[in-house]
Amino acid sequence: MSKYMVNLKINNIAISVEEGTTILDAAKRLNFRIPTLCNHPDLSVAGNCRVCVVEVKGARLLSASCATPVSEGMEVFTNSEKVRIARKHVVELLLSEHNSDCTKCFKNGHCELQELASEYRIGDHVFLDLVKPKDKIQDISSPSIVKDNSKCIRCQRCVRTCAELQAVSALAVVHKGNHQGISTFLNKPMNDVVCTNCGQCINRCPTGALTERNYIEEVWNAIYDPKKFVVVQTAPATRVALGEDLGVETGTRVTGKMVSALKKMGFNKVLDTDFTADLTIMEEGTELLTRLKKALVDKDESVKLPMMTSCSPGWIKFQEHMFPGLLDNLSTCKSPQQMFGSLAKTYYADKVNIKAENMTVVSIMPCTAKKFECNRPEMRDSGFKDVDYVLTTRELAMMIKQAGIDFDKLEDDHYDSILGESTGAAVIFGATGGVMEAALRTAYELVTGNEVPFTNLNIKPVRGMEGVKEASIKIKNTVPAWNFLEGVELNVAVAHGLSNAKKLMEAVEKGEANYHFIEIMGCPGGCIGGGGQPIPTSPEIRKKRTDAIYAEDMGMNLRKSHENPEVTEVYKDYLGTPLGHKSHELLHTHYKVRKRY
Amino acid sequence: MEQIQLKKVDIIFGWDEKVTPIDVYDKTVKKTADSIILDMIDSGLKGRGGAGFPTGLKWKFTRNEDSDAKYVICNADEGEPGTFKDREILDKVPEKVFAGMAICGYVIGAREGYIYLRGEYNFLLKGLQKKIDLFNKQLAERKANFAIYLRSGSGAYVCGEESALFESMEGKRGEPRNKPPYPTVAGYNSKPTVINNVETLVYTCEICRMGSERFKSLGTFDSRGSKVFSVSGDTPTPGIYELELGMPLKDFVEEFADGDAKAVQIGGASGHCVPRKKFNETIIGFEGIPTGGSMMIFNSTRSMYNVLHDYLEFFTEESCGQCTPCRVGCQQLLKGIEAVKKGEKSPSYLEDMKKLTLTMKIAAKCGLGQSVANPFISIVDNFKEEIIY
Repeated sequence: MSKYMVNLKINNIAISVEEGTTILDAAKRLNFRIPTLCNHPDLSVAGNCRVCVVEVKGARLLSASCATPVSEGMEVFTNSEKVRIARKHVVELLLSEHNSDCTKCFKNGHCELQELASEYRIGDHVFLDLVKPKDKIQDISSPSIVKDNSKCIRCQRCVRTCAELQAVSALAVVHKGNHQGISTFLNKPMNDVVCTNCGQCINRCPTGALTERNYIEEVWNAIYDPKKFVVVQTAPATRVALGEDLGVETGTRVTGKMVSALKKMGFNKVLDTDFTADLTIMEEGTELLTRLKKALVDKDESVKLPMMTSCSPGWIKFQEHMFPGLLDNLSTCKSPQQMFGSLAKTYYADKVNIKAENMTVVSIMPCTAKKFECNRPEMRDSGFKDVDYVLTTRELAMMIKQAGIDFDKLEDDHYDSILGESTGAAVIFGATGGVMEAALRTAYELVTGNEVPFTNLNIKPVRGMEGVKEASIKIKNTVPAWNFLEGVELNVAVAHGLSNAKKLMEAVEKGEANYHFIEIMGCPGGCIGGGGQPIPTSPEIRKKRTDAIYAEDMGMNLRKSHENPEVTEVYKDYLGTPLGHKSHELLHTHYKVRKRY
Repeated sequence: MEQIQLKKVDIIFGWDEKVTPIDVYDKTVKKTADSIILDMIDSGLKGRGGAGFPTGLKWKFTRNEDSDAKYVICNADEGEPGTFKDREILDKVPEKVFAGMAICGYVIGAREGYIYLRGEYNFLLKGLQKKIDLFNKQLAERKANFAIYLRSGSGAYVCGEESALFESMEGKRGEPRNKPPYPTVAGYNSKPTVINNVETLVYTCEICRMGSERFKSLGTFDSRGSKVFSVSGDTPTPGIYELELGMPLKDFVEEFADGDAKAVQIGGASGHCVPRKKFNETIIGFEGIPTGGSMMIFNSTRSMYNVLHDYLEFFTEESCGQCTPCRVGCQQLLKGIEAVKKGEKSPSYLEDMKKLTLTMKIAAKCGLGQSVANPFISIVDNFKEEIIY
């Protein structure tokens, strides 16, 4: 059905828009801003906060502009007396059930309700304070997410995020009326339910009701502690988003400035998770080829295919809860963050002659699930907690501000060596499809001696924002060692966002999917859309970050993981071979079955 | 006006052995769907659940939708405080409801009809199911492509709101939807749906039996026909009465009150409170104060503060909680009158709260929040002293 145009007037200005357009979007085109709270570009329409109400001539009721489609001849007023009074009432009502201790709030200055209160100059508003004392007790059970019911305005963005984008539904609406709220199964603590710690709810919470568990003070303390040698690693996706929280335009690459800032803040060494991303490709690529050999040559039926990536800790926990039957399909590789941690406190500690117990490893991650991951009991293979603290991109931005660093004026700096060298293949780990692309660049070359047959090594079919992507590569002209793969059509799939992962897993479970290798990233868009990235997020913002990631890749001298000289060196010096004994000890892990609720 | 007497009628509960509801159905489906719709529109029948939407139009809109599936739903989630007529109808003459649904199904092209029964009426389930089975059998014998099913609610007042009722039927949390789309376009399972009140469906059956002219001869120009009233409160004769619409409240009070009535709450908790001094001028019907049937009489021993407090407590608890004006507004009103009573807020705070109810009336998502202004303003304005002191 083709769309026809609808004519209407907004604040007496005529406009013609496609049928089905909401009043809110039509008003936007005329540059009339209508405030919103429950609305979000990634989510279905709720229409429950009522802050976006507008007056439609002849209508008895005000309309929620986010939920009302335009109609022919409609006359809309976005700032009439009725609208203004109602909107102010709505903000006042929300404030009356909101713990307005703004100065003590982690979201102070980044709160959409605070902005509205300021816009409407709600001073000492008239309504009674309805905040329940019991709601002021924060749920800090999770190492990743803090839930503060006293700040919640029941917009249900988190509920829709958890259900629609992530298919987890750890958070849901409970009770009704004055007891209505957002809670977990049986009101259990966040650490005790299916929450994957992905943090997508945090990215969309308009207030301070959901925030990351922050470790800013702990990290400053470590930096100031003269006995501590503090090394920091930065994940691929942080370098294309950090700038957003520091006044730089969205989509700007700030790698050099970020390194410079970290050095100025006092970290002893600034290293790169990209290095272990390359290492992951060596391990995971070898693991895949080994599984293929066992399956195809040895006819070993115990080998589980498709193999699935294991870099995304939100995805891992999702799988442990939802598809425990497929845990053996997961690659045993630790995530790059954890590979880095275990190598830092062993190999690297030896190299720089620092005792592991005196070393603190800090990660800057686009992720909140990494906070949980570093606390997993399995992640202590160095004999210590491999990664001590995980900071989100947002927390780093806060610390840079606290340090009084004028970010924009910083000169670019370089990562320290060793564990600071990287390739373009590692950088693209930050975007959905990136791990797959990096793995194919290396595996194909390993097996055939030739580069992957794609222009400029850019494997376009696995890129982009489609929820589930598929590709096939025919393996030709193999080197002798991999002869058994000659002519094999390697089928791969990529999914990002857990609702897409769920679709793919259901297909795998039913035996309907004929893939050899699957990449899953827990967050929409991959790590560039991670739960620890600057707020706000939207498809446009994620697109800009993704473009920046691929631009960074194109700008690198080395673009294949196996060409990373530091990776070659670590195998020669310390690890031996991929999947070797030492690798197994330090770079691989196992998973556990978790409850379904 | 004073000479008008209360006119009691006996349409709803009357039973004619010679023309049973299934006979009415047989007779009606010989006509075309369009002519049945015309009859309904001509009769002037408006929804008896309280909102008063013209039934014929609702059927027409739904019939005009092109869809592979359509539904007829009987809203039997009778939750309005002070209303108990649907329970009686479903207990005494359910066959008339079934016939109304089957006729509607024929008109709009639906194959399935559902009765959404209030959770607290579960005691009716067993008996009702037997009668439904019998009726479905009769329909099957006639090769009618329609069957009726029973669904039980779970006890939330808001599920009487049509779109919340659909959500509940679909197994989701009972919360009202955004409108548009309206049920005639996207109702249950997002398919075109006619949702009518129990009583409305009986009248559709009865209009088919007696013709629109006779129905139209009852009541007034704006309020055609009769209506079942649930009379409660300070009355020596509480119960269910079918009366012609458009009567003066004065006559009603004379008939039912105990001689000491100081106020009548028309339309339940979400309706209007009329004080004694306005009994003469108030008409019960769409031209005056419409009602879903609840008539609660309060005599001079009652505290109107307590009455309002009860209503606000009810709304505070029964708001689904999704939209701000209703969820927070109801709590503010409840705590607000308590604060005024205790002297923690000055009496002028009542004016602030009245303004708030006006926002709720136009900005809340559904009828629940929108109607809290009715009792609040009418009680506060007419019984201000009782609220403050």
